[in-house]
Amino acid sequence: MKKLLAYLKSYTKESILGPLFKCFEAVLELFVPLVIAAVIDNGVALGDKGYIAKMCLLLVVIGIVGLAFSITAQYFSAKAAVGFARDVKHDLFKHIQSLSYSEIDTLGTSTLITRMTSDMNQVQSGINLTLRLLLRSPFVVFGAMIMAFTLDFDSALIFAAAIPALSVVVFGIMLWCIPLYKKVQQRLDKVVSITRENLTGIRVIRAFCKENEEIAEFESRNEELTKIQKFVGRISALMNPLTYIIINLAIIWLVYTGAVRVETGILTQGTVVALYNLMSQILVELIKLANLIINITKSVACGNRIQSVFEIKSSLENGNSENGSGEYAVEFRHASLKYANAGANALTDMNFTVKKGETVGIIGGTGSGKSSLVNMIPRFYDAAEGEVLVNGVNVKDFTIDDLRDKIGIVPQKAVLFKGTIRENMQWGKTDATDIEIFSALETAQAKAVADSKGGLDFMIEQGGKNLSGGQRQRFTIARALVKKPEILILDDSASALDFATDAALRKALRSMDYSPAVFIVSQRTSSIRHADKIIVLDDGEIVGIGTHDELLESCDIYKEIHSSQFKKEAV
Amino acid sequence: MSEKKTQGIQKATLKKVFGYIKNYRILMLLSIIMAAATVICSLYVPILIGRAIDLIIDKGNVDFEGLSVLLPQIAVVALAVAIIQWLMNTVNNRITYHIVRDIRDEAFRKIEILPLSYVDSHPAGGIVNRVIADADQFADGLLMGFTQLFTGVVTILGTLLFMLTINWKIALVVVVLTPLSLFIAKFIAGRTYKMFRLQSETRGEQTAFIDEMIGNQKVVQAFSHEAEALEKFDEINDRLADCSLQATFYSSITNPATRFVNSMVYAGVAAAGAVACIATAGTVNPFTVGQLSCFLSYANQYTKPFNEISGVVTELQNALACASRLFELIEEQPQIPDAENAAVLENVKGSVSLENVDFSYTLERELIKDLSLNVKPGQRIAIVGPTGCGKTTIINLLMRFYDVNSGAVKVEGEDIRNVTRNSLRSSYGMVLQETWLKSGTVRDNITMGKPDATDEEVIAAAKASHAHSFIKRLPDGYNTVIGEDGGSLSQGQKQLLCIARVMLCLPPMLILDEATSSIDTRTELKIQEAFARMMKGRTSFIVAHRLSTIREADVILVMKDGHIIEQGRHEELLELDGFYAKLYNSQFAV
Repeated sequence: MKKLLAYLKSYTKESILGPLFKCFEAVLELFVPLVIAAVIDNGVALGDKGYIAKMCLLLVVIGIVGLAFSITAQYFSAKAAVGFARDVKHDLFKHIQSLSYSEIDTLGTSTLITRMTSDMNQVQSGINLTLRLLLRSPFVVFGAMIMAFTLDFDSALIFAAAIPALSVVVFGIMLWCIPLYKKVQQRLDKVVSITRENLTGIRVIRAFCKENEEIAEFESRNEELTKIQKFVGRISALMNPLTYIIINLAIIWLVYTGAVRVETGILTQGTVVALYNLMSQILVELIKLANLIINITKSVACGNRIQSVFEIKSSLENGNSENGSGEYAVEFRHASLKYANAGANALTDMNFTVKKGETVGIIGGTGSGKSSLVNMIPRFYDAAEGEVLVNGVNVKDFTIDDLRDKIGIVPQKAVLFKGTIRENMQWGKTDATDIEIFSALETAQAKAVADSKGGLDFMIEQGGKNLSGGQRQRFTIARALVKKPEILILDDSASALDFATDAALRKALRSMDYSPAVFIVSQRTSSIRHADKIIVLDDGEIVGIGTHDELLESCDIYKEIHSSQFKKEAV
Repeated sequence: MSEKKTQGIQKATLKKVFGYIKNYRILMLLSIIMAAATVICSLYVPILIGRAIDLIIDKGNVDFEGLSVLLPQIAVVALAVAIIQWLMNTVNNRITYHIVRDIRDEAFRKIEILPLSYVDSHPAGGIVNRVIADADQFADGLLMGFTQLFTGVVTILGTLLFMLTINWKIALVVVVLTPLSLFIAKFIAGRTYKMFRLQSETRGEQTAFIDEMIGNQKVVQAFSHEAEALEKFDEINDRLADCSLQATFYSSITNPATRFVNSMVYAGVAAAGAVACIATAGTVNPFTVGQLSCFLSYANQYTKPFNEISGVVTELQNALACASRLFELIEEQPQIPDAENAAVLENVKGSVSLENVDFSYTLERELIKDLSLNVKPGQRIAIVGPTGCGKTTIINLLMRFYDVNSGAVKVEGEDIRNVTRNSLRSSYGMVLQETWLKSGTVRDNITMGKPDATDEEVIAAAKASHAHSFIKRLPDGYNTVIGEDGGSLSQGQKQLLCIARVMLCLPPMLILDEATSSIDTRTELKIQEAFARMMKGRTSFIVAHRLSTIREADVILVMKDGHIIEQGRHEELLELDGFYAKLYNSQFAV
């Protein structure tokens, strides 16, 4: 949280003036009981109506000045909190964007989204409240006590006793309840999860006729939740009654002490009333303070989570090469890959070359490392050992933008963004013309889809929800083609296409005029059998490189994969 | 929606709410009585303190005897307030939590009998939200709202009454000035409402953008789109900062403003009270300093319930809105219950027939028209077609997840609408493409269809479905707890568990969805083998992706865009040279 607070530096003025004005207001509030005491002792006792009028006017003035102070304070606090949140969000967004794939994997995107949204909102309101109230409440509490000391030392001792007693009750109950609330949350989560399960698994549950068992399970979890809620409720319900008793006992003691001291002439009646009023002010502020502290604790927790994101440094360092030349478009030299926190290598000793214009098929079982392999080319992950070269230059020596500009990648998950088809296509090349876009769409077998949607101005909804899986996939292929990359990577990108479209796509890719090196990752031998070179992966190692026919001869795993898909033909 | 209509709905909702409260009416009554008692006692304390102060007049003029009576009185009343307040809180908690529990139980029971059409057409998150968040909000808002409203009103009336009996003129000062704070609060709320809406809209826009960009960070990076994204983000972020500042600032004026009104009331009471003290000094019924201090403490408290009540009203409306969403779910039309004289399917051999079935999910788009199919025991039916062509529709009809519009589905010659759902569904073993596992142990998941299975049976089923070897390697073997929806298991492992689940009970008929692209071919082989073992001698409906399955099928149903366009054996369909032939040939097209 500490480092995050540095962002308040740009708002130093606001962060100081906010609490300061709040304190001014609090001081004024503390003066009110003194004015009342004066009214009683000098006005009422002496029958001086003029004095009373003057004093009450003073009260009005105090009210107006207090209002002005307080509004000023609110303004500065709001400005500091909002500005702080804006600056942090800007940097956080930028920071997250700079993280490499391995950091994103470790953190998880949903976590990152939570950090940017709800955590950030909590911190913003926490800062706002802190600036407004954190100083004010203790100020009023201790101010009241100090004020009491100026009025009468003996009576003030009652304050000195009441304040710790009240604090013990307020903060004690708070501390007792916090862990219990966590338990409540855990049990609530259990109720949530069974509810969700019964919706997502509705077919299975009904197919196995488990409805009644599920109801019984739900009711027992629900009962557990209710039990702990009631328990916590009983404890937190103690707060008001206990503080009420303490404050009233203190008042009784105060009145009695006051009585003794008035009798001996040390105090006046007005002073006793003033002390009584000061005592009443304490309670409200202490409870406010307790609530504030709960709020701040939450905000600090959120702030720490945000800071921990900032502390993760991107493992990617930029090189400075812009281009290279060489016989090979892509070359792997004994490259290995190890994911963060993983025990074993994901890929071991990748060693192969790919010439410009060649088509490479990559095949293997789930988890064999196919995607990992192609992800090393655009440097989504860095090699742990060995090196990966593009155009004869180590990928680490390129500037990242230049490297990725050469590569068109179609990820496994077909993701499109909110915006028109044209805007989505221009992700690949910012200034792509409609002609360029249409030619890419045509190759990707997506032109008919675009036409049926009414052209390039068709609005795609967030996540491409208004398109089918196959349509999305074709558009993502087209998006990668728009920039006419030197290296094209299709990471199992034809899985949602039917066989006919898949075949047409492969044919179109082969006839592209700028002849990029093409990597096709697939689980189907039919998709890659015509590649110039097929790389067979098993458990992170290359177990075969060659053409379809060669591999059928030499590679057992390839044979096995192929025959599982074409059982009859193989036999 | 017109205001009148909204009010009508609110009224109806309120009525239902009272229905739930009825079970707790004694507690409710108790709570109301205790609330009244707390308020009145706590209002009495300042009066007693005022009297005590009146006994402390001057040097040598202090009535200790009187004080020795009064002070213990104050202590007793304060203690009473504390105890009653605690009891009241406890009772309120009980009412609140029990009502939420009751409503949740009822909502969940409804979920279990909702027609699948409802669940399919409503996102799970929305329904979960109703059962969890709406129920909480409803209980908190409505019940706490009621008690706050009630104590608020009693406090106002009580204070008024006490003030009027002591001195009506000064009471008038309070009564006239206080509503000012209400007006100010309302005025500010009205002004800030727009800003808050703008803030929440912009916030929503930003969240959506973050969702999209961070959620797909990898694509953003792959296309070096970071700078553009940041630029767009900043634009939204700056706009949000602007409206957020306004909303935060203007709404935070409310408190100081009402506090200001309060201090004006205070000053007014002080002036009027002090003057009254002087004017009535020496009369039979003087306005004393003690009474003045009592008035001042009332003046301090009096505005509070007003401010609270205005908050409570919005909270109540919010709670009612939550309640009506919840009731919508609870009152949703359930699936048609089993007929009273529904037969129990027994000795199922596996003959299934569809007779002139018409079906569509929505009226506008007809899907299945006049489908007839006769399946003899032990036959294999392969359903093929491109992704999204509606293959699952057939499963929905067979399992009676949906009812046909016209025509009939029959098992053993019996219309499935005339047999119990339980007996129909337990006659089928189902393995879907979306492998769903419940959170619990591996064993719990396998024994879903047969909870009393012995360990030997479970292991045998797991072995038969090739799941045993990986289960053995899990940290706690069969007792390993897997998280919601399979947790850390791979897609293939989940599929194997789903097969083991069916393998354990082995019903006479099967519905299978063949593995997808997310499973590697070698695991697929194992699954294939397990499928084959299960299918032996059983009527099976298979959503087929593999040629071998298709070729060996007794009947192939070819689906496209939800329609069954061709039907027959492999050779027959090839000869037909229609859609199936095209689909088949494209697999080998170059």
